[in-house]
Amino acid sequence: MSESNGNLLEVKGLKKYFPIHKGLMRRVVGNVHAVDDVSLSLAKGETLGLVGESGCGKSTLGRCIVRLLAPTSGEIVFDGRSTGQLRSRALRPLRREMQMIFQDPYASLNPRKRVGTIISDPMKIHGIGDRKERKRKVEELLETVGLSPEHYNRFPHEFSGGQRQRIGVARALALQPKLIVADEPVSALDVSIQAQVLNLLESLQTRFDLTYLFIAHDLAVVRHISDRIAVMYLGVIVEISPAEALYDNPLHPYTISLLSAVPIPDPDVEAKRETILLPGELPSPVNPPAACRFHTRCPYVQPTLCKTEVPQLRKLEDGHFVACHWAEKIKAGAISPIATTPVEPERQDPVEAPPS
Amino acid sequence: MAEPLLEVKGLKVRFATEDGIVRAVDGVDFQLERGKVLGIVGESGSGKSVTAMTLLGLTRGQNAAFEGEVIYKGQDLLWMPESRLRDVRGNEIAMIFQDPMTSLNPVYRIGYQIVEAIVEHESISKKQAKRRAIDLLKQVGIPNASERIDTYPHELSGGMRQRVMIALALSSNPDIVIADEPTTALDVTIQAQILALLDNLRAEFDSAVILITHDLGVVASIAHDILVMYAGRVVEAGPKRELFYDPQMPYTWGLLGSIPRLDRPKQEKLHSITGSPPSLINAPRGCKFRPRCPHVFDRCIEEPELLNRVQAPDHLDRCWLSLDDKRRLRDETIAREASIA
Repeated sequence: MSESNGNLLEVKGLKKYFPIHKGLMRRVVGNVHAVDDVSLSLAKGETLGLVGESGCGKSTLGRCIVRLLAPTSGEIVFDGRSTGQLRSRALRPLRREMQMIFQDPYASLNPRKRVGTIISDPMKIHGIGDRKERKRKVEELLETVGLSPEHYNRFPHEFSGGQRQRIGVARALALQPKLIVADEPVSALDVSIQAQVLNLLESLQTRFDLTYLFIAHDLAVVRHISDRIAVMYLGVIVEISPAEALYDNPLHPYTISLLSAVPIPDPDVEAKRETILLPGELPSPVNPPAACRFHTRCPYVQPTLCKTEVPQLRKLEDGHFVACHWAEKIKAGAISPIATTPVEPERQDPVEAPPS
Repeated sequence: MAEPLLEVKGLKVRFATEDGIVRAVDGVDFQLERGKVLGIVGESGSGKSVTAMTLLGLTRGQNAAFEGEVIYKGQDLLWMPESRLRDVRGNEIAMIFQDPMTSLNPVYRIGYQIVEAIVEHESISKKQAKRRAIDLLKQVGIPNASERIDTYPHELSGGMRQRVMIALALSSNPDIVIADEPTTALDVTIQAQILALLDNLRAEFDSAVILITHDLGVVASIAHDILVMYAGRVVEAGPKRELFYDPQMPYTWGLLGSIPRLDRPKQEKLHSITGSPPSLINAPRGCKFRPRCPHVFDRCIEEPELLNRVQAPDHLDRCWLSLDDKRRLRDETIAREASIA
């Protein structure tokens, strides 16, 4: 079935632009470069964490992969089949094999449907089993995710946030998918509940041989669950590496500063921790900075290359790729960070952006 | 101990709802000193925001009932008439809300909103007030402040809006700043900037900060003292180091254990607290954490007082377990991971 290299998913040069319309004729005046030339692969049974700040395109990438969005260009090969340009009817059999868990457990369940219906609808749509079989299956799923079969006839509002997220997980599992894209599945939950859901996702992975694309902004959570991690900044992947290596040895200046900003729940560690404060804010994805997209905020920015040439993902260590011209020198300490005074990127109103 | 700036005693807040009486805050006591940061930590529904809003009379209404005292400069804010409270609110005690997207008025320029706040509390001209507003925006790190003052909130990013909120809160040099989840809606790199800013401003103006958060990492860096709230109660309180290194409530150490940590080797499985927080309408009898506590025993059916049970004088908790049992059980639960580190 799958390709000989054992990858369940291959993404090559994926781009997703959202056009910006203006005026009566709705002419296109620019594009939001949400995902801009992203390539990655997912091996069967692994968890790839996708981290980045809001607006970096991580959710758009996830949605393109499960084809909730059609990519602008690029190729997505899922289990040996190219899905990037398929139309909805042709996609349907594939949808069984990839499912999504959403961030907001309050918004992602239909408040007017009973839990049983919510979980069994995917099976009904795909013509799996008869009514009785589906009911049995739903009850089984409810137990799998740590709820009780008696919850079959309840409505979503009768559940807490953590329980709702379990319902979302059960719905994703109903079709026995191969790939689950989880978009910030625990960020709306309280700390004590987060741990429950993370543990559940991990045990389900072993039990059902699932592959996860785990999208989150919380670096500690991503590290906990992922085998490999990709860091996104403004529509591109800047670093991709085995999970532990990323934290022990971050190579991209953005990753370094991102990791330095995570507060640790330990006063002594906090007292010693030095945060690299990045100047300014995320530039607009309508007109992303030329060449290296991070150069406007990078503490290690150099007069050459950074502003003229797009850095490609290069392999620096085993399985550890980084898109920075100067990664080796930064790591060796040959380049020291410049003390930056916060310089603001020009504020941009997307609508007023000139056509690119 | 210095004279406290703010003293809260036996605060209780109840709301009458269709489903019954919600005991949102049910016994909160604390003191706040000048120049200090008090962290209030708890999950959603623990009563931390209601506590903060009640200090400023923002929960008053037909369906709300209060008990207790909130003493600020010899006056009780809890029972102060609204007209007098208005002079305190925003002037001496200011609040920064969680969501910078919705807490600024979208139809007014940010400059107007700051000027309005200054003029409300001080008798200075609008022109002077505008100059002050520009200074404030500069202070909170907004570049081109003199131009930005004429922008509308939607033209600013989340981090910038939160800075405007902070500028607004600081506009009258308040003695106390209450920050309710000030960084929850922001990315980590922006969060770091905002926390650094809050701490600098506290040091500069010698004001006191009440920082409400669900993130123990946030309070680990800038708080001096911490209250842990659960089901409307303070279940543990004390100096920061006491709370992090010698937690006495199974809930507190459960929380500490359930956060994956970047500075330690990856754990196989996260420690998790089973179940979910109790209803505030029909709270369980006795200790409110009893239904979720793995170390529950017969005495827990009776609710423990918030008392000092350890050597450290300011460290209070609500748990019946003996000191030895607590430390043993705690170390069995969470220190296992720490010892690997």
